[in-house]
Amino acid sequence: MAFRNYILVCGGTACESSKADAIYEALMAECNAQGVSEEVQIVKTGCFGFCEQGPIVKILPEDSFYVQVKPEDAQELIAEHVVKGREVKRLLYSKDPVKRHAKVEDIKFYQKQYRIVLRNCGFIDPENIEEYIAREGYAALEKVLFSMSKEDVIEELKTAGLRGRGGAGFPTWMKWNFTKQAASEEKFIVCNADEGDPGAYMDRSTLEGDPHSVLEAMTIAGHTVGAQKGLIYIRAEYPLAIHRLEIAMKQAREYGLLGTDILGSGFDFDIEIRLGAGAFVCGEETALLASIEGRRGMPVPRPPFPAVKGLWGKPTVINNVETWANIPVIIIKGGDWFSQIGTQDSHGTKVFALTGKIRNSGLVEVPMGTTLREIIYDIGGGIAHDKAFKAVQTGGPSGGVITKDYLDTPIDFGSLSKLGSMMGSGGMIVMDEDDCIVDVVKFYLNFSVDESCGKCSPCRIGGRSLANLLEKITKGNGEMADIDRMREIGEAMKKASLCALGQTAPNPILSTLHYFRDEYLAHIIDKKCPAGKCKSLITYSINPEKCIGCTACARKCPVGAISGERRAVHKIDPAACIKCGVCFEVCKFGAVDVR
Amino acid sequence: MAESVKVEHIPSLKQVHEMQPSEILPVIDDIIAQYKGTKGALIPVLQSAQNLLGYLPKDILVHISESLHIPYSEVAGVVTFYSFFSTVPKGRHMVRVCLGTACYVRGGKEVLEAISRDLKIKVGETTADRQFSLEIGRCFGACGLAPVVMIDEDVHQRVKPSKIHEMLEPYRDAEGDGHENH
Repeated sequence: MAFRNYILVCGGTACESSKADAIYEALMAECNAQGVSEEVQIVKTGCFGFCEQGPIVKILPEDSFYVQVKPEDAQELIAEHVVKGREVKRLLYSKDPVKRHAKVEDIKFYQKQYRIVLRNCGFIDPENIEEYIAREGYAALEKVLFSMSKEDVIEELKTAGLRGRGGAGFPTWMKWNFTKQAASEEKFIVCNADEGDPGAYMDRSTLEGDPHSVLEAMTIAGHTVGAQKGLIYIRAEYPLAIHRLEIAMKQAREYGLLGTDILGSGFDFDIEIRLGAGAFVCGEETALLASIEGRRGMPVPRPPFPAVKGLWGKPTVINNVETWANIPVIIIKGGDWFSQIGTQDSHGTKVFALTGKIRNSGLVEVPMGTTLREIIYDIGGGIAHDKAFKAVQTGGPSGGVITKDYLDTPIDFGSLSKLGSMMGSGGMIVMDEDDCIVDVVKFYLNFSVDESCGKCSPCRIGGRSLANLLEKITKGNGEMADIDRMREIGEAMKKASLCALGQTAPNPILSTLHYFRDEYLAHIIDKKCPAGKCKSLITYSINPEKCIGCTACARKCPVGAISGERRAVHKIDPAACIKCGVCFEVCKFGAVDVR
Repeated sequence: MAESVKVEHIPSLKQVHEMQPSEILPVIDDIIAQYKGTKGALIPVLQSAQNLLGYLPKDILVHISESLHIPYSEVAGVVTFYSFFSTVPKGRHMVRVCLGTACYVRGGKEVLEAISRDLKIKVGETTADRQFSLEIGRCFGACGLAPVVMIDEDVHQRVKPSKIHEMLEPYRDAEGDGHENH
């Protein structure tokens, strides 16, 4: 390839929303204007993962990592970096303005990461199948079609010890094997891309950045278990991922990698996209199948498992996006290689969406067994604004919290559930001293109540009762007996609910009752919210020693509850105050107290 | 979500608004015809119909029920189960406040309250002048930019409650911009 420079522009949703498209256009225009368009190739790639610093532009071969780039920077980037060969220092990433990091490998955010699932995200143009093929794409499919038996494939997955990344961690080879052994004329392969866990977006980024990896893996599964039809069930809220999947499917068909007689092997397999219609419970596999069949997405008891009796009653393999993305690599590099990565209990890597009060929000992929401390402090850069770490929540509405005492736990499927949380899909939300645990738990509970399908009563009624009790406590009306009530209802829901949604919905409560009992007691006994979040338990006031009378708060107060002359101390009328927090936000002098 | 629509030559929302009710049904029939032979066609048909009309009026649902030979009770059951579907018209601008966990802990709830106060509507409602509808979203995947608000296709990042009015201003009073009311 004869290009002098390759410019990679992040085209993930987060960066696109920060004008990555305009940056791409501006770079193109500048290359033309400065006469270097023949020497430079500009590629819109998938997500780099370092979303906090987006939009990101990486220039090769120097491996310069430019962050928070604006369209107006294009002129300088081309004139300096490309034409004159000088890095644009002010745009390079650095936490420390003196020592600017130029290279990706110098950036701590990437140092401890190990990318299998996200191997191509940020490297290739997801809308160009040739770039995927150039990085060993579809080589695994070729290997499966021509030099492996179906049993070999299952055996390879078994050796690899790959477990489902959608939450439950069920061994993937077993699912495949059940379906393979089931006698049926017709079988199905389904990709669960109904990523609904609030705060997790690794599946979307994978589909946006590397759609072919999922298509290839599904085709491999189809050949292995004897299915000719695949369906991808994806959230309608992911238009960019859908768009890139459609392009990828079209290109794969053109290249003979999807459709009839794949690579001349005589094997037929095609894939169809089905859009979700906004129901979190459809991430549960039986509910997902009901939704594809055009019905209300309500779970049914298992067994029979979908692997034996799934879509339209036929044997069906369902795996989630991240699981699929692991498959081609395992086939190429071997199960042995994969099983060396991670812990004894969990092999391979896990992608986490590291968000919340963390300095470097983003997608991180680490080997199983990495500690939370490494993820939060080394990769994530610690807590934003130098606040104190309080807890990290994993597993979304089904998970629990982990406190600072357990930060050195190597994380895998087993260790997280031992701590009362779970791997889930990989959301990892960091909370600091300003977050009220009771309030966050109420948030999760309300989510589960909203998303409960209502079919079984433990989930429908139990969830509502728990949410009511939390509401009562955060309103300042809680009593000690409520703690026992919550525990009792929670335990009953765990045992009696029909599907994982109801069984895990009480986890946030049960785990925090264990680790943050004090905080519940502060709400119940002292009628105080120590973090200053629960509105019924706090008051806003102005500290006369800090207020300089700038009038900023009074002008912004939506209900006119703040009075005071210019240059004189202001005052909040507690009767009129609606506790919206705007005065606190706009005061530049820290004069608004929340107690 | 335009990418998701399987139907080709689909009229734009604006064209639909200029169509007579009698002209809409044949378009719905075209959609249904596209999914002829597709198992589980109901949800894709409803999605296409809603993308076309902005919402799903009862007479359209009855029509779909009859055409697909699915009892109306079942169609209504599906429509009310999924949050994507609406049986009432929406405003010209859809304001979606992300309440994924990352946005929640970074102040998404306060942003939602401020918007609700500014527009004087609750979640799920539409302003009397049909300019804005307010919904909550579950993680747009822009967690590094939290809290996030989406207005139509625009993503507003690191939104502050005190800046809500300014954020909504450019969308206001768009009478005569080509988008007619339902």
